[in-house]
Amino acid sequence: MIPQPGTKQPVLEVRNLVKHFPVRGRGLVRRRGGEVHAVCDVSFDLYPQETLGLVGESGCGKTTTARVLLNLQPATAGHVHYQGTELTQLSSKAMRRLRRELQIVFQDPYAALDPRLPVNEIIAEPLRIHGLYGPSGREDVRELLRLVGLTPEHGNRFPHEFSGGQRQRIGIARALALRPKVLVLDEPVSALDVSIQAGALNLLADLQARLGLSYLFVSHDLSVVRHIADRVAVMYLGRIVEVATADELFSAPAHPYTQALISAIPLPDPRKERARERIILTGDVPNPANPPSGCRFRTRCPLFAAHLTDAQRHRCTEDVPPLITHHHPTACHYTELSTLPALSGLSVAIGDDLPGSARAMRGREWG
Amino acid sequence: MTSLGTPVLEVADLRVEFRTDEGRVPAVRGVSFQLHRGEVLGIVGESGSGKSVTSLAMMGLLAGSARVSGSVRLRGTELLGASDKALSRVRGQSIAMIFQDPMTSLNPVYPIGYQVAEAIRAHHDISRDAARTQALQLLDAVSIPNPAQRVDNYPHELSGGMRQRVVIAIAMANGPEVIIADEPTTALDVTVQAQILDALRSAKERTGATMLLITHDLGVIAGQADRVLVMYAGRVVEAGTVEEIFYTPRMPYTLGLLGSQPRLDMRRQRLHPISGAPPSALNLPSGCPFAPRCPLAAPVCEAEEPPLTGAGGHLSACHFSDQLVGLEPGDLFRPVSQDSEL
Repeated sequence: MIPQPGTKQPVLEVRNLVKHFPVRGRGLVRRRGGEVHAVCDVSFDLYPQETLGLVGESGCGKTTTARVLLNLQPATAGHVHYQGTELTQLSSKAMRRLRRELQIVFQDPYAALDPRLPVNEIIAEPLRIHGLYGPSGREDVRELLRLVGLTPEHGNRFPHEFSGGQRQRIGIARALALRPKVLVLDEPVSALDVSIQAGALNLLADLQARLGLSYLFVSHDLSVVRHIADRVAVMYLGRIVEVATADELFSAPAHPYTQALISAIPLPDPRKERARERIILTGDVPNPANPPSGCRFRTRCPLFAAHLTDAQRHRCTEDVPPLITHHHPTACHYTELSTLPALSGLSVAIGDDLPGSARAMRGREWG
Repeated sequence: MTSLGTPVLEVADLRVEFRTDEGRVPAVRGVSFQLHRGEVLGIVGESGSGKSVTSLAMMGLLAGSARVSGSVRLRGTELLGASDKALSRVRGQSIAMIFQDPMTSLNPVYPIGYQVAEAIRAHHDISRDAARTQALQLLDAVSIPNPAQRVDNYPHELSGGMRQRVVIAIAMANGPEVIIADEPTTALDVTVQAQILDALRSAKERTGATMLLITHDLGVIAGQADRVLVMYAGRVVEAGTVEEIFYTPRMPYTLGLLGSQPRLDMRRQRLHPISGAPPSALNLPSGCPFAPRCPLAAPVCEAEEPPLTGAGGHLSACHFSDQLVGLEPGDLFRPVSQDSEL
């Protein structure tokens, strides 16, 4: 289902993950009024030292997927394997031991840090909880501050004395304190202004090269994901609709939703931007408590609306398209009919001036 | 767009100062620009650059703690200091505003059709029925599906994109001369953003209005604006046509912004961040406010704030703008991940 990259074993395997939230009625009785299908049959692998981008618009289930796979919320069904351990069945005590290796950085650097603690204590806290704050603890914290581009002198200050970009660096230092192998980054740069965001993205790339981390990078911003991810999984209404290497996804998107999504992103380049042809989707994302039958994208799909026969449409309405490999895994019955009118202006410029060693393994094609 | 003919709107030396417990905060420090018929003027800047305060001050929408000076003229008529009554005739009639969050700009307790009709009736003496008919046409014009059914819906029954369409319909209602759109798509998903930018453009074409488009998104500016103002620390630091700003910037800050922006059409290029963070308006550095972050900064930059000057329509506020000719972001800003500030 998902291409196997040669000899590498995944660090994290997610299989058929499902998360439903009950919708309760109003009033005293709070009767269950159905379920929101937030995550529906999601499967993917995360390989060592790779960045997998999980993208989609608000409400597509990307954040819920991240939270469920870290066991911050229980899964309704499905499996998450981390190096031979099944996470979905673990007790919270057993999970706590594994949290050393699986850490998360949250979106809002204002809400994620305790305003009453000095930065040293914020970063030391995970070490103390796991009994790792030894005689060298002070020096460990100073080293973590240096690692994220702050200075040890910053450690005595409180979160409110820092800018948004610096707070996010503190959040990253805290996540790195336990020397994790996997870092889940939930919209880590979305709250930052663009001039600050760039430094944070460069930092994440450097840390990955230095520490050999695997990133699950959850984001709604495709330009950022294009920049940082090796592979990308696109979600729509709880399902993954396409998975490919970043280069493939952005140069030859196969699913009509991915094509529309990419064509909607404005380019900061007036001539290219004005020369592009847009696919403008009609309507809004349907209610996840009552998703469309068959293919969940069909209600907004330009292919379904204009290019299919009634018999073909019947299949979209009845059968859920599985994630099958055409050129790469795509969940569309008629992906071969779906061609993006103009990816003009998106021909990729070679701007790969990253340190070679750091990216040696990232350039690998999965096939 | 060439700057021919009399401007529709002329802003001169606009200044806004807030009085707070911590002292005076100069949020806008001498902004001047002209809006010409039919053009889209983009204002781009990061949080705290003063772009939104500029638009609120123009409309007389700031709270009492703000001291506003300068001049804002609509076809020669001064708006600053005008009475509330006089301003009410201008707001929604000659100048319409579209804000970021459609949930807070619509009234939650009235149906959307009523709110569109109300905007018409505020400025025209027509019957409820006639206003409702016009409201239906406007909702149709902004591509709200089945407007006849939707007209009695309340804002909470609509999605964010639909709500923003209603706000655009209200803005179009009286055929304004100027539409000010302040981050109109920032709260929306990108596929919906594309729809709303489309709706905005057709609203502009139908009404023949001039548009002031305020956003932090360089991509939106690249696609929509004819001319661009770049704001930093309460001032315009560069002004020019959209091509001048994106292809031949003359202010290091503009170049830095372009180099910080990850792009869909480039893979894994190393980004070139601007070191440090924008200054607090409470505590502006002396001289050029960008100097502490600027790789070109020299003693003169700390001594003296450079004026906004230049040849033709392309203006920049930098002592060394000549040195930027032909430079790429990477020539000036280092692709670091560390933040040497502080």
